[in-house]
Amino acid sequence: MIRAGKVKPWLYIAPVVILLSFFLIYPSIKTVILSFYGSNSQEFVGVKNYVFAFTNPTMVTAFRNNALWVFFFTALTVSFGLVLAVLLDRVAYESVAKSVIFLPMAISMVGASVIWKFVYAWRPPGIPQIGLLNRVVTFFGGEPIAWLIRKPWNNFFIIFVGVWIWTGFCMVVLSAAYKNIPRQLMESARVDGATEWQIFWHITLPLMRPTIAVVATTMVVFVLKIFDFVYVMTNGNYNTEVIANRMYKEMFKFQHFGRAGTLAVILLVLIIPVMIINIRRFRRQREIR
Amino acid sequence: MVKKSFSIVLIGLLLAGAMTIVGFAQDNKVSIAVTWSGEELEAFKKTVKIFEEDTGIDVTVESIGRDIATVLVTRVEGGNPPDVAAIPNPGQMEEFAKKGALVNIDKSIVEDHPQAFVDLATVNDNLYGVFLSADLKSLVWYNPKEFEKQGYKVPETWDELIDLSDQIVANGGTPWCIGLESGAASGWVGTDWIEDIMLRTAGPDMYDAWVNHEIEWTDAVVHRAWEKFGSIIKNPDYVFGGTTGALTTYFGDSPAGLFTDPPRCYMHRQATFIQSFIKDQYPDLVPGEDYDIFKFPPIDEEHGSPLLGAGDLVSAFTDTEETHKLMEFLASAEAQEVWVKELGKLAVNTNVSSEVYPDPITAKAAGILSEAETFRFDGSDLMPSAVGSGTLWTGVMDYVSGEDLTGVLKTIERSADEAY
Repeated sequence: MIRAGKVKPWLYIAPVVILLSFFLIYPSIKTVILSFYGSNSQEFVGVKNYVFAFTNPTMVTAFRNNALWVFFFTALTVSFGLVLAVLLDRVAYESVAKSVIFLPMAISMVGASVIWKFVYAWRPPGIPQIGLLNRVVTFFGGEPIAWLIRKPWNNFFIIFVGVWIWTGFCMVVLSAAYKNIPRQLMESARVDGATEWQIFWHITLPLMRPTIAVVATTMVVFVLKIFDFVYVMTNGNYNTEVIANRMYKEMFKFQHFGRAGTLAVILLVLIIPVMIINIRRFRRQREIR
Repeated sequence: MVKKSFSIVLIGLLLAGAMTIVGFAQDNKVSIAVTWSGEELEAFKKTVKIFEEDTGIDVTVESIGRDIATVLVTRVEGGNPPDVAAIPNPGQMEEFAKKGALVNIDKSIVEDHPQAFVDLATVNDNLYGVFLSADLKSLVWYNPKEFEKQGYKVPETWDELIDLSDQIVANGGTPWCIGLESGAASGWVGTDWIEDIMLRTAGPDMYDAWVNHEIEWTDAVVHRAWEKFGSIIKNPDYVFGGTTGALTTYFGDSPAGLFTDPPRCYMHRQATFIQSFIKDQYPDLVPGEDYDIFKFPPIDEEHGSPLLGAGDLVSAFTDTEETHKLMEFLASAEAQEVWVKELGKLAVNTNVSSEVYPDPITAKAAGILSEAETFRFDGSDLMPSAVGSGTLWTGVMDYVSGEDLTGVLKTIERSADEAY
């Protein structure tokens, strides 16, 4: 009986352990090992690939841009999502408005990048503009602007495309959390004479904090791996390179497995702390319950 | 019982297999490994069919694909090479030749080939390859009707080209349409420009040294070639839309400017293949009348007028009578006429009638090719991909978007240092 009690749990988790080690643990360890090898994984090169990753000028730009993405993309999607969740709760056509804002989520990221590449398109002055934005600009008598080329603003124009897609997702999740807040709390605050502004800052926001944190960390994990938008719109030219696009190039274009592995490891290391924060938060919440 | 009959079948299969292998080694058969597939493979099979009918020798065509160099290395080492194989480029042919894997071919079979192509397939005075066909990149496309209207003459030297460009600017026009945008491959159009200029300012030997990274990217000759390229592309009066226009225009859309009214530009430097883009966009234009080509002009007199492009090259690995016959056939005008006819490629044998070409422009390009003094393969294709389709492409984009040339060349040099 005792024996069975010791063996049984292992039997139960065995499939998961086997699958995880096969598809997750083994590849991760292998990637870490490969990151210390050369282009065809034959010769050991020590930390050479890591030196490359942190000193190559293009890589330095990629790190800077990933930082820009993490900060602005997360801040904008979460704050737009929050504002929309709270404001749309008060209007009669809430579901219509939410559907419209959520709609871009249905478009693939590559599709959205192609759409926005057209929106940002530039034609020389004097011939018809095919890009929506430059059409507007020239309509009001301005000179067409090369949105995707002008440094450093081009990064923000690409980040905006990401925000355009993901705001809907944040809004939906945050809206669900907002609707979970007991209305009595707000009612009693209003009775006590609190302004709507005070209610938002002192009741709504604190109560929504756990959800906001989850949404924000999800966005951070997602955006650290950002690839599609940059690959389609500029392919990293004009100082818009990001780590994942560089990883793709090293892997599939230059066939430098060592460097590609190194970049994968760096992304993994950057994502781990965020994951830990997320897991801790889940645990704490479970304890509260 | 079942087991026994199974082993009999197995032995039979093995025997049949062994016999096939023996069969291949028999007389009257020759095998050829090629990179082509689809349309090209069909055209090639059609070509060798004539050989089979004429000689009674059976040809086995094996389509191996782009990785042919790796496959060939393995098969040569295993002592089982094909009799003949298509080799991706002269550099790889030279490697095989130096290993002693290739068979010396009688030079008489390439008598009708331009010297440039014979030279390219020669290592230490021995001929190791035969060119079937080539593509040509050193071309400038223009609109002859507009040229006539404005009284412009086709330039024959670089100085005339610049004079013409200045004249067009003085008349209120824009001389060039350049489109560098090509999605994830953006920048390659510029590498072709730089290669063409390198050939004309540094000469073919220096060009080879540059491609093989025997000279540094920061070398003065490389710097000069980029600056010459910059003197056109970075001159906002010269290029339609200026540098931003060059950076954002898709290469396939870029020649369209020749045909607008009034023309957005008068000249467009691009390879033979761009004709298919022009035809797609303007199906009514008549090649030779509405658009035409001239050879990218020489720059430094001493280096003449070398041509840039790519070619289909075959080499022999076995020294049999059948192999030599096949090589002789592939070099002949008879074979090349069939091969180029449907593909729009340019035959290398100068006896190929210009009537086989689908339009006057392809025929004209073939004429330019047949007069080739020097021919070189597209260098960026020969460099390690981290350079040739990596830092070189991005370097072109960076340079055109305003970054300092020395810095750009240093970046490429650093990546080349690691990649070669």
